[in-house]
Amino acid sequence: MVKVIFRDKEWELRAGMTVRHAILKVGLHPLAVLAVRDGKLINEATITRRDDVIRLVAVMSGG
Amino acid sequence: MKCKKCGGVAAINMRQHKLALCEEHFLEWILKQTQRAIEKYRMFAPEDRILVAVSGGKDSLSLWDVLLRLGYQVEGLYIHLGISGGGYSDSSLEYVERFAAAREGARFRVVSLKADYGQSVPELAQMTHRGHKPCALCGLVKRHVMNRVAYQGGYDAIATGHNLDDEAAVLMQNTLHWQAGYLARQAPVLPSTHPRLARKVKPFVRLYERETAAYAIVRGIDYIYDECPHAVGSTTIFYKSLLNQLESRSPGAKLSFYLSFLQAKREGLLAVQEEALELQDCQNCGQPTTAPGLCAFCRLWEQRMDSG
Repeated sequence: MVKVIFRDKEWELRAGMTVRHAILKVGLHPLAVLAVRDGKLINEATITRRDDVIRLVAVMSGG
Repeated sequence: MKCKKCGGVAAINMRQHKLALCEEHFLEWILKQTQRAIEKYRMFAPEDRILVAVSGGKDSLSLWDVLLRLGYQVEGLYIHLGISGGGYSDSSLEYVERFAAAREGARFRVVSLKADYGQSVPELAQMTHRGHKPCALCGLVKRHVMNRVAYQGGYDAIATGHNLDDEAAVLMQNTLHWQAGYLARQAPVLPSTHPRLARKVKPFVRLYERETAAYAIVRGIDYIYDECPHAVGSTTIFYKSLLNQLESRSPGAKLSFYLSFLQAKREGLLAVQEEALELQDCQNCGQPTTAPGLCAFCRLWEQRMDSG
């Protein structure tokens, strides 16, 4: 499984889907977040692997 | 997905430019794009002294980092607004301090509204009966302080971290309400129209917010992630979300919306509204104001005294 973290929420998703698909699956907009794995920025076409921990970072601010 | 420059693994894909880049080439691209914007809109020259307004957020810290790396003479200004009983502002300041401590030549100054003027933004908002919506007041206060510091410190320009998403959201808001005056004044550069009003520049104006956030991540810039508590659920975020819906259907829509607005302005669309306003000196602080007597900032403090 793949763990996806966004703020204080966590989801467990199956491995093998793209990051873009994972973002959509957890109900976020792909343009509103960036994905980070092992401290590295990864693009939305990256295929998730078993045991991945993917942190989603919000990019929008309202100031 | 591969980097268009080197064929390595792409860290980011920018669909509006049909460009995927690895970390190294993305950082290089951001520097080039920023330099190009500075030159294209004649924001400032290498000999100018720039005051960069820093909030501890991703955009302003990334801008500060980029300007330092480009070799500009830049100093930071942090305005402590006293948000959330001072807690939010204190932690934002810590990010600014950590950023500066880790970079040679990153100097900055702090202006505290409470210590220097006697009241924080939330207190001022409360006393002038704007407690439920302090954002407009906060903007007014920040503009006043930035102009004062720039004037007293002899800076040539004030740089802010506004990105293309910020500009497109404001543009959409002003267009939906046909705020011709605001539209006329929206630009990558606001020239100085008075000796006490510094030029305002937005070097990130052609970069998407996603790119400034990516820059901060790749550069390892630690920034305040939590939103200002007063900005949560703000209309700006709402408009940005709408624009992202449009962008996902039509990559480049935000960029095109903003750039075609600038083009229309150049062609005279808002020429009548662009006529210069007559400015007078505020009787109290000396900063320019369109109304006779006191400027909006000084009226605010007078209002506070009346109600206190």
